[in-house]
Amino acid sequence: MGLLSLAIWTPIAFGIVLLALGRDEQARAVRWIALLGAVVSLLLTLPLYGQFDTASAAMQFVEKAPWIDRFNISYHLGLDGISFWFVLLTAFITVVVVIASWESITTRVNQYMGAFLILSGLLIGVFCALDGMLFYVFFEATLIPMYLIIGIWGGPNKIYAAFKFFLYTLLGSLLMLVALIYLYTQSGGSFDLSLWHALPLGRTPQTLLFFAFLAAFAVKVPMWPVHTWLPDVHVEAPTGGSAVLAAIMLKLGAYGFLRFSLPIAPDAAHAWAGLLIALSLVAVIYVGLVAMVQQDMKKLVAYSSVAHMGFVTLGFFIFSPLGVSGGLVQMIAHGFVSGAMFLSIGVLYDRVHSRQIDSYGGVVNTMPRFAAFALLFFMANCGLPGTAGFVGEWMVILGTVKFNFWVGMAAASALIFGAAYTLWMFKRVYLGPVANDDVKALTDINAREFVVLALLAVAVLWMGLDPKPFTDVMDASVAQLLSHVAVSKLN
Amino acid sequence: MIDANSSLTSYPEMVLMVMACVILMLDLAVKTPLRNATYGLTLLTLAVVALMEAAYASGGATYFGFGNMVVCDPMGNWLKCFAALATLVTLVYGRPYASQRDMLRGGEFFTLSLFALLGMFVMISGNHFLVIYMGLELLTLSSYALVALRRDHATATEAAMKYFVLGAMASGFLLYGMSMLYGATGSLEIGAVFKAIATGHIRHQVLVFGLVFVVAGLAFKLGVVPFHMWIPDVYQGAPTAITLMIGAAPKLAAFAIVMRLLVEGLLPLAIDWQQMLMVLAIGSLLVGNLAALAQTNVKRMLAFSTIAQMGFVLLGVMSGVVNGSTLYAANAYSSAMFYVVSYVLTTLAAFGVILLLSSEGFESEEIADFAGLNQYSPLYAAVMAVCMFSLAGIPPLVGFYAKLSVLQALVASGETAYLALAVFAVLMSLIGSFYYLRLIKVMYFDAPVTAAPVVASADVRVVLCINGALVLGLGLLPGGLMALCAQSIRQMLGT
Repeated sequence: MGLLSLAIWTPIAFGIVLLALGRDEQARAVRWIALLGAVVSLLLTLPLYGQFDTASAAMQFVEKAPWIDRFNISYHLGLDGISFWFVLLTAFITVVVVIASWESITTRVNQYMGAFLILSGLLIGVFCALDGMLFYVFFEATLIPMYLIIGIWGGPNKIYAAFKFFLYTLLGSLLMLVALIYLYTQSGGSFDLSLWHALPLGRTPQTLLFFAFLAAFAVKVPMWPVHTWLPDVHVEAPTGGSAVLAAIMLKLGAYGFLRFSLPIAPDAAHAWAGLLIALSLVAVIYVGLVAMVQQDMKKLVAYSSVAHMGFVTLGFFIFSPLGVSGGLVQMIAHGFVSGAMFLSIGVLYDRVHSRQIDSYGGVVNTMPRFAAFALLFFMANCGLPGTAGFVGEWMVILGTVKFNFWVGMAAASALIFGAAYTLWMFKRVYLGPVANDDVKALTDINAREFVVLALLAVAVLWMGLDPKPFTDVMDASVAQLLSHVAVSKLN
Repeated sequence: MIDANSSLTSYPEMVLMVMACVILMLDLAVKTPLRNATYGLTLLTLAVVALMEAAYASGGATYFGFGNMVVCDPMGNWLKCFAALATLVTLVYGRPYASQRDMLRGGEFFTLSLFALLGMFVMISGNHFLVIYMGLELLTLSSYALVALRRDHATATEAAMKYFVLGAMASGFLLYGMSMLYGATGSLEIGAVFKAIATGHIRHQVLVFGLVFVVAGLAFKLGVVPFHMWIPDVYQGAPTAITLMIGAAPKLAAFAIVMRLLVEGLLPLAIDWQQMLMVLAIGSLLVGNLAALAQTNVKRMLAFSTIAQMGFVLLGVMSGVVNGSTLYAANAYSSAMFYVVSYVLTTLAAFGVILLLSSEGFESEEIADFAGLNQYSPLYAAVMAVCMFSLAGIPPLVGFYAKLSVLQALVASGETAYLALAVFAVLMSLIGSFYYLRLIKVMYFDAPVTAAPVVASADVRVVLCINGALVLGLGLLPGGLMALCAQSIRQMLGT
């Protein structure tokens, strides 16, 4: 069994054991086994970093075995610079989420932890799959645990949110399924991604394929105007669910653009880049403004996620190395930062059971250590240099200015909105005098919460201060992708 | 007429018939309320028959017997093997339910099921219009009696009556169509009919006239729109164990006669029947999915879901011949076969859970009855959830690969209209996923009304777990079953 298979199946195996054997009477043991599973899975992904050859753009750690002969579907895994960091990110966020949910989940703990571990394995599978159908199976299978997580442990309006999440994303991916089958028949009966990348396609098929993929990926990212599910879902999902959703699941869509849309339909991607850039700018500016007027902390961070992901898609569709690498860096940074933001909100919610901004005020007085962490994450969210949030946005803006000054200018102006809504929320929640008795009664974070936030803080600072290891891994693959996309498939 | 091959083609049928008669007699001496002896002997018979069929199928040979009236080929053998297993599973799930409802006063529950299965076997093996018709009648007459088994129960009796009247009409359609074809071609044997039509000397109008009635009869048996009216009422009205008996295994037999009649017999008329099937499929997907949304009764919801699922099967069957070329035929028909087999597997487990939750004096029929199942019986909730996700076509469950195969058959044809149909089908399955999700929502998200854990006897528990595990396991490794379907269909087509 290769490293990637281990990374996928270890958390799933732990999850199945928890589902089968766990009982609420042994919640303590369940939590420790879940943590063990998550940590083991993370440790199993670390050798990948040591063995990854950053100079090569080829797929590495490749595993290939026939899976369904009838349709020529193979169990084909591999990593390149584009997918590499997401495997580690997923394993890391799972550890954080397991620790963060230690006390807040008290009922059906085994199902909760099991669902997260299985979800983690499936998400890693999505990033490793090099076979179109294997990708789709992992991509869709992630809906099942997430649906249950939102529906069982969510807030008061959880059922609406769970259905909206499932049906919205299913609609997009079903159209992608037809596109995948179409590619299968066009390529003479293969689901092999590298074969699809080389497949010549006419203008009309490319356009249709591009939009079928867009339906799946735009919903997942989510891009304006199909982003409306995200705030509703984030508000109702439990803290851990929100963190995984924002940190990893949103990345599936953006990753799909790089793996499917651009290399398979390069001409259509170029032809429709203007549309995608426009939608991204709307996400960055308009949704940023929408975030500013939110009263609910989770909703605010959800809208801010949409705006940040707008930077990612903007970077991808200007077809420059800076833009694509910047988009990828922004995805990883957003994984750390949005995860941290939702977990910070979770810390407050566990104590006060309110997500409204005006239920708080002056938290810094009663929770100074927590407020210090929160300040770091808020600064990262508005892109302060030295934090993870800065690197990606800066690269994308730089690339965009080269592409077109006015587009770059519009994107850069969004940084101001980002700073505005983030800092304003910080002021209203944390600063000022103690606002009410709830805040007065707050106790500062305990050791467990400290570990969670410290892990994320280290990641945020490390990526901000030394982004080179991140971009080094990507460079070769991004360059190869762009040179592939630059060549027209039309004759 | 009767040569060495004849008995070779029908050993399993003989075993089944002899054992059905033996069990009928022996049962007179059985006194225990659960009829353990009858039950054990019935299961043994079914297991033996299934093994015999599997042995035939893996032998891979095709025999004709009784003067070409009966055929024994791998497709038929596998379908018969699965039908026997499905009947076995149905009886395991259904016995406690039947006993609580006073349906085990005699052994008819078991013997009628065996005769129904014998009818399916005859249908599947039939290579002759009248043999197929005879098998169909044996199946349906046994089914009418099974539905009416709870004779002092008003809705069951009403369902039986409705089933009988509409079923008799459908049989009449089929027989009328067959007689037209006989008049036009001068033969009742399927191979001879095929040859006669292929010569092209027979008037097209007469053939199409007969074909319309045959398709209508088949549509009735499959339960597709607009011949679906009996399905919801009979599914809901019949005792749940019997609903499963008529809703699972007979679908395999119905698929077999579609293959025998339309493909083996009437393939030269494919262009005509494919258009008819297309209309039926579109109607079924639309009506089945939309009507299922509005149901509050689980059995009725699953009835409408069946209609939609059968629409998908027809999509597979209708994409076999493209522009007169049968290049994609094996691909298309094997996808339909895979769909039917995986549908039956999933339906068995879903009804198994419904039967399990029904206890004495309590029919677990309303969707609300499943509230909070996860909190007091997480295992059974998980089995039901796996089935619902599978029926909705979410990977990695077997139902997804069924949909994938059929969609692939549509897209592979290269016709723009079929591509559009594939998009239509996925949009319909999006609507479909809503009502499957709703049942999962009730089981997992709602608070339970009762806290009493579900009790089940060991045999039911074991079979249900295996059944649920198969739905998941075949989702992870569907290759074997797919290859089996593809191989047997290719042999049936002789390519």
